[in-house]
Amino acid sequence: MTRITRGFHGRRRPDVDPARVPPGQYVTQDFPVLSAGPTPHGSLENWSFTIRGQVDQPHTWTWDEFQALPHETVTRDIHCVTKWSKLDTVWTGVSLDALLEGVETGAEYVTAFSDGGYTTNLPLEDLTGGRAWIAFAYDDEPLAPEHGGPARLLVPHLYFWKSAKWVRGLELQLEDEPGFWEGYGYHNYGDPWREQRYAGD
Amino acid sequence: MTDSQALDGNAIAGTLSEVFGGEMTTAVGTCGHCGARGPVAEVVVYTRAPGVVVRCRACDGLLMVITQVHGVFCVDALGLVELQAPA
Amino acid sequence: MNWQPGTVLELIEQTARTKSIVFDVPGWSRHRAGQHVDVRLTAEDGYQAQRSYSIASAPEDRHIELTVERIDDGEVSPFLADELLPGDEIELRGPIGGYFAWEEAPETPVFLVGGGSGIVPLRAMLRHHRATASAVPVRLLYSARSLDDVIYRHELTAADAGDVRLTLTRRQPAGWTGYGRRVDRELAADVCWPAAERPLVYVCGPTGFVEAVAGALVSLGHDPARIRTERFGPTGGETP
Repeated sequence: MTRITRGFHGRRRPDVDPARVPPGQYVTQDFPVLSAGPTPHGSLENWSFTIRGQVDQPHTWTWDEFQALPHETVTRDIHCVTKWSKLDTVWTGVSLDALLEGVETGAEYVTAFSDGGYTTNLPLEDLTGGRAWIAFAYDDEPLAPEHGGPARLLVPHLYFWKSAKWVRGLELQLEDEPGFWEGYGYHNYGDPWREQRYAGD
Repeated sequence: MTDSQALDGNAIAGTLSEVFGGEMTTAVGTCGHCGARGPVAEVVVYTRAPGVVVRCRACDGLLMVITQVHGVFCVDALGLVELQAPA
Repeated sequence: MNWQPGTVLELIEQTARTKSIVFDVPGWSRHRAGQHVDVRLTAEDGYQAQRSYSIASAPEDRHIELTVERIDDGEVSPFLADELLPGDEIELRGPIGGYFAWEEAPETPVFLVGGGSGIVPLRAMLRHHRATASAVPVRLLYSARSLDDVIYRHELTAADAGDVRLTLTRRQPAGWTGYGRRVDRELAADVCWPAAERPLVYVCGPTGFVEAVAGALVSLGHDPARIRTERFGPTGGETP
């Protein structure tokens, strides 16, 4: 039986409305940096974002073109499968609804791909309806490289491994293909409110 | 060149011991991507992630991913073509 | 290797940012200098955190000693350094690690290089060396920001400390005749045994420090296979 360590609390916030905390999560003040590999350091001159695959034609934006798109600032709670949650995080980015507008597709699934080779998969539908952004600023500052800058996918209603850091595009697909963590036993969908951490949950 | 956030195989010695049943930092592995060979203690390790990610120090290629699913260790070592346990 | 309880016997201030904690661990199996333990803390609601700490004591010492550097926004180190009291119990497992551990018969001189809290496992090696009256030639190069940041300062500057060289990278006391900069190729060449002697080298500290020192030694002709490294991460402190 594991012994309780007298006086140890971790760095959790105790004064939080439990209705905002998915099962098994602990609310943290800081913003942990999680990585599966080295932080990519590319230049904005070479940056592009592409929607390709099962589409009429690939749609690509350079950094300048991307910045010229309408963007919005949103406040959301985020939940990491490693059990920390951070509430009221403020992000600025381009809505996926705006990016997907004008993209003709019969695809139902998406694989987001990033610099460094990371991928994650989700239903195309989960990127729509005001639920997903390509975020380039956090807390009104340009997104730091260790947190996924210059731009990351932001899909707060799913576990945060789905919010791919250093995102460079979306591959729209007819078939669902597990991404990096999904291929190593993590849940294919990842709804924190149903505690879908691992495959089979 | 090395990510300052990254650790090395020493940091997961305890986990490797649980997974493989013994001391593994002196085991010698061969990278399946570039052929580099060296002790497990020298690999690049990322522990702040949904699982432990182990990469080759020479080429950053993925060597091993260790996750714990409902308390059970899952090890994918497909990036290693050879892993020689310590004598 | 299972989790076992360790009871805090004593807390010792080392520097402003580091504290040694001495534990009684019943049934502890003798460790090798350089090895570490994993520490596990459990909150009342079941939340757990786990970290690795190098063992600061020699196998010959009566009790296990860990030295913790307090990382400001750390989750575990401020608790260990500031909240633990004698009589408290934590869980640990070990000893762990077969690579970064003292070799009894290295056949060549030994060069130890520590940066910041990287000194911890090296200090265990020196204590073991002294306790066994080892004839192995051993030299330590320790890089710290200032004299006040030198952990185990009295022990390492005492008359019987052995061959210890300090480099103080940010602040040197008046009249300091030792090194006053980061370990670079020239400093490494000055202090380390020549490559032709094939010294066995142990380098420990923040990841950036280890990379720089190992790189410098390799550029001086040292065989990478004779250089053992242990990286502590960005700050050199809490290793998650």
